Amino acid sequence: MTDVLNAIVLITNFVLVPGFTYGSQLALGALGITMIYSVLRFSNFAHGEMMSFGAMITILITWWMQSHGISFGVLPTALLALPFGILATIILVLTADKMVFKYYRSIKAPPVTLLIVSMGLMFFLGGLIRFIIGPNDQRFFDGERFIIKARSFKQMTGLNEGLAIKTTQGITVVLAVAMVAFVFWFLTYTRTGKSMRAYSNNEDLALLSGINPERVVLVTWVITAVLITLAGTLYGLDKSYKPFTYLSLLLPIFASAIVGGIGSPIGAILGGFVIAFSELFVTFAYKRVLGYLLPEQMEPDGLMQLLSTDYKIALSFVILVLVLIIRPTGIAGGKTL
Amino acid sequence: MSSRMRIFSVFFVMAALLVIVGMYQSWNVAFSILNLCVISSIMALGVNVQWGYAGLVNFGVMGFVAVGGLAGVIVSMPPVEAAWAAGGVQLMGGFAVMGLVILAATIFWKKTAHLKNTPGKRYLGMALIIILGYALYRFIADPAIDAIEAVEPAMTGYLGGLGLPILFSWIVGAIAAGLIAMLIGRIALGLRSDYLAIATLGISEIIIYVIKNEDWMARGVKNVNGLPRPVPYELDLQKEAWVNSLADSMNYSVINTSSLIVKISYLMLFVAVLIGLFILAEKALRSPWGRMMRAIRDNEVAAEAMGKDVKSRHLQIFIIGSAVLGLAGAMLTTLDGQFTPASYQPLRYTFLIWVMVIVGGSGNNYGSIIGGFIIWFFWIEAEPLGLWLIEFLTSGMSADSALKAHLLESAAHTRLMTMGLIMMLVLRFAPKGLIPEAKR
Repeated sequence: MTDVLNAIVLITNFVLVPGFTYGSQLALGALGITMIYSVLRFSNFAHGEMMSFGAMITILITWWMQSHGISFGVLPTALLALPFGILATIILVLTADKMVFKYYRSIKAPPVTLLIVSMGLMFFLGGLIRFIIGPNDQRFFDGERFIIKARSFKQMTGLNEGLAIKTTQGITVVLAVAMVAFVFWFLTYTRTGKSMRAYSNNEDLALLSGINPERVVLVTWVITAVLITLAGTLYGLDKSYKPFTYLSLLLPIFASAIVGGIGSPIGAILGGFVIAFSELFVTFAYKRVLGYLLPEQMEPDGLMQLLSTDYKIALSFVILVLVLIIRPTGIAGGKTL
Repeated sequence: MSSRMRIFSVFFVMAALLVIVGMYQSWNVAFSILNLCVISSIMALGVNVQWGYAGLVNFGVMGFVAVGGLAGVIVSMPPVEAAWAAGGVQLMGGFAVMGLVILAATIFWKKTAHLKNTPGKRYLGMALIIILGYALYRFIADPAIDAIEAVEPAMTGYLGGLGLPILFSWIVGAIAAGLIAMLIGRIALGLRSDYLAIATLGISEIIIYVIKNEDWMARGVKNVNGLPRPVPYELDLQKEAWVNSLADSMNYSVINTSSLIVKISYLMLFVAVLIGLFILAEKALRSPWGRMMRAIRDNEVAAEAMGKDVKSRHLQIFIIGSAVLGLAGAMLTTLDGQFTPASYQPLRYTFLIWVMVIVGGSGNNYGSIIGGFIIWFFWIEAEPLGLWLIEFLTSGMSADSALKAHLLESAAHTRLMTMGLIMMLVLRFAPKGLIPEAKR
C-alpha cells in the first residue's frame, strides 16, 4: 500500500504539479492568441514579446517597490506590481493596434499580411525589451518559497517520497483559474462579451445589428493585454525571466491554441493542459515509479523514459503537427483556415 | 524613376556603403560582410521563390539551412572508423527496422480502409504497430548510439562523414533539403497560410532539436570544427612568394593580404552560385511555368478552374525553394569551417531572411538580392552605428551617470529594433519593397 502511495506522490510531485502550473501558463497565453485570432483574424507572432514586455514592466516596478521596502508579506511583491504591468501592457497593445494593425484592418488586408506585420512588431518589441532590461536572466521573486516543503511532507506522512509545492505554482494556478473564469463570465453574460462573440462569428451580421467594431477590437485588446501580462509574469516568476525564452514560448502557446481549436476559448485551455501534460508524461523517467509498483526482481535497469528530456519542447511541435494533419480544427472544433 | 534606374541606383548605393566600410573600418571587414551578404541573398532568393512566386509562407527557413549545414559535415569530414566498428552497422540496422515499421504501418492503413466505419480497431492496430516498432527500434539503436558516442567523446563521438571535398555538400545539402521539403510539403501544404507558417516554424524547431541531441550524427551541441576548406589556408598562403610580393606592392601586412585572398576566393565561389541561381530564377519567372505560378498565387480558384494542379505545383515550388535554402546553408557552413547547431536561431535564420525578402521587394529576384545585401549590412553595422548614435546622444550626460552606462551597454540591441521598425515602415508605406515586382 505504501508503495502505491509513494508512486502516486512521485508522479504528483514531478508530473501533476508542474503540469498544472505550466498548463495554466500556456492556457493563459493560448487564450490570448485565440481571442486575437477570432476577433482580429490573424495569428499574432508578437504575442511572446508582448508577454515579455508585461513581465518586464512588472519586474521593474517590483524592483522599485523592493528598494522602497514595500513587500507583500509571504506573497511575492510582484503581485502588487502586477496591476501596473497590466496597465502598461494595455497602453502598449493599444498603441501597437493604433499605429500598426489598424491600417491593415481598414484596407481589409489578408491575414498573411497581418501575420508578417506582427513579425515586424515582434522584432521591434524584442529589441526594445533587450534595450531596456538587457538579455540576461532576471530574478524578482521574494516572499515564502514553498507552500509545502518536501521534507515536511515526508515527516507528516511518513512516506519515502516528498511532495513540494512552490508558492509560485500555487499562485499561478489560482490566478489562472480566476482569470479564465472571469473571461468566460465576460464572454457569456455581458453585453460587450456577447457582441464580441457575435462579431467573431459573423462580422457582417454583427455590423448590421449596430455593433461598433472598433469598440469590440478595443475590448479584445484590453482583455488580451491582461491575459498576456498574467501569463508572462507568472511564467517569469515560476521559472525565471529571460527575454529569449519568450520567443521559444511562442510555439508551445500556438500549439496549445491550435490543438484545442483556434478561435475556441475552451479549446485554448484544454490545449494548454494537453501540451503541458504530454510534455511531462512522455519525458518523465518511470524507473522509480515502476520500482515501487513492480516486484523487486522485475525492476527495470534503464530510466524507462519514452523520450529524452532534451526533446521536451520539441514534443509540443510534434503534437501540433499531428493535430494539423489529423484534425486541423482541433479538439474543441475551432475554425479551419 | 524607371525600374532599371532604380535597380541600378540601389545597387550603386550598396556598393558605395561597402567601399566606405572598406576604407574606414578595414577591407577584411568589408569582404567578410560581403561574403555573408551573398549567402543571405541566396537564402532570400529561396524564400522569394516560395513567397514571391507562389505565395507560400515558409517559416522553416532555419531548418533547411541547418540541413544544408549538416550536409557539409557529413560530406566533408573523414569517417570515424572506430565509431563505425563500435555501432555503425547496428545503428543502420535500427534505421532499417524503423523503415520497415513505417512501411508496415502504411500498408496496414491502406489495407484496413474498409474499417472506416469502425475506426476504433483501425487506430488501435496503428498504435500497436507504432509502439511495438518504436520499442524494437530503441532496443536495437540505443546500445549502438551509446557505443558510438563513447568513442573518444572529446574528439569525435560521432560517425564522421564521407571524407569527400566539401563543395559536394552544396549539391548534397540542396538535395537533402529538397527531400525533407517534399516530406513536409506533403503534410503541411494542404493547410492555409497561417497554419502553414506555424507548422513550418514548428518543424524547423524539430529539425534543430534532432541535430542538437543526436550526437552520433554531428556531435550535437559539441559542434564539429575544422571542416576541410575548398580554398587555401592563410598560413600556407603567407609562405608563398607571390603573396609576399603582392603585400609589399599594396603596402599591406602579409597576414591581412592572405586573409583577404581567402575571402576573395570564397566570394568568387559564392558569386558564381548566386549568378547561376539568379539566371535560373529569372528564366523560370519569365517562362510559362512562372506565369502559371503567378496565376496560382493571385487567384488559386481561377487557376484550378483552368485545370492547373495547384497542390502539386505548390509542392514543386516548396521543394525548389527549400533546396536553394539547403544550398545556402551548406555554403554558410563551408565559409564558417564549423557546424554549430546551437547557433541556429529562428530570429537570425528565419525571420531576418523574411525581412530581407519583404524589404527588397517580394516577387522580384533583384529585390531579394538587394534585400539580402542591405539587411545583412545593417544587421552587422547597426551595432557600431547604434553605439555611435547613443554616444552622440548621451554626450551631454556626465561620464559616471548610470543611465549613460546602461544605454551604451544596450546599444547592441538597437539592431533588433531597427529591423522591426524598417520592416513595419516598408510594409506600411512601400508594401512592394525597394524594388517592386515588375508588371507583366
